[in-house]
Amino acid sequence: MKVNVLAFGIAKDIFGASSTEVGLAGEATVEALRTALETQYPRLKQLASFMIAVNDEYAAAGQVLTPEDEVAIIPPVSGG
Amino acid sequence: MIDIQLTEEPLEISACIDWVMSPTCGGIDVFIGTVRNATKGKAVLRLEFEAYGKMALREMQKIAEEAQAKWPIEKILLHHRTGVLQVGEVPVIIAVAAAHRDAAFDACRYIIDTLKQTVPIWKKEIFEDGEVWVAAHP
Repeated sequence: MKVNVLAFGIAKDIFGASSTEVGLAGEATVEALRTALETQYPRLKQLASFMIAVNDEYAAAGQVLTPEDEVAIIPPVSGG
Repeated sequence: MIDIQLTEEPLEISACIDWVMSPTCGGIDVFIGTVRNATKGKAVLRLEFEAYGKMALREMQKIAEEAQAKWPIEKILLHHRTGVLQVGEVPVIIAVAAAHRDAAFDACRYIIDTLKQTVPIWKKEIFEDGEVWVAAHP
């Protein structure tokens, strides 16, 4: 499955774009997406952390993605 | 009552305080975040704020509802700005009105602390010799 991932903050700089497409071979879990993103963009491993959001909610590692989901990478937040 | 806003326009402090004023409330607590001119001794020229808009609004609403469930407070206002902000400008205003001050103080503190942990908003510090996304790296 192909997943389009929206990017913000430093993730946008790392992708060089405001979104990127990632291909997932096996089960399309949030954990699989995280691993695929880190493989495609090794600089993500240097971040303090990052979360994945699915349909505007922080997603757990085991959540399974569907083609309709809006997926985003959330690097460490720093509002306020 | 809850008023949540995410906007590129300058925040209006007195309008925010007016909104939370209520005859049944004896205490209003206000937190105003401002752009500081330095980080660790290094001069900051300006900040740039970026948000994942609809998720940020949703998380801000959640925080306000959590505060309302935890403390006896009547009105909560939470406004955050995005875009380029100069030193001295205001990126965030939180105003909480309650019958008594303890609840207003505690809720206001909870809201700003939680916002900084969970709301998908990012700030970049611009220095004379470069720029840094705050908190991105350990």
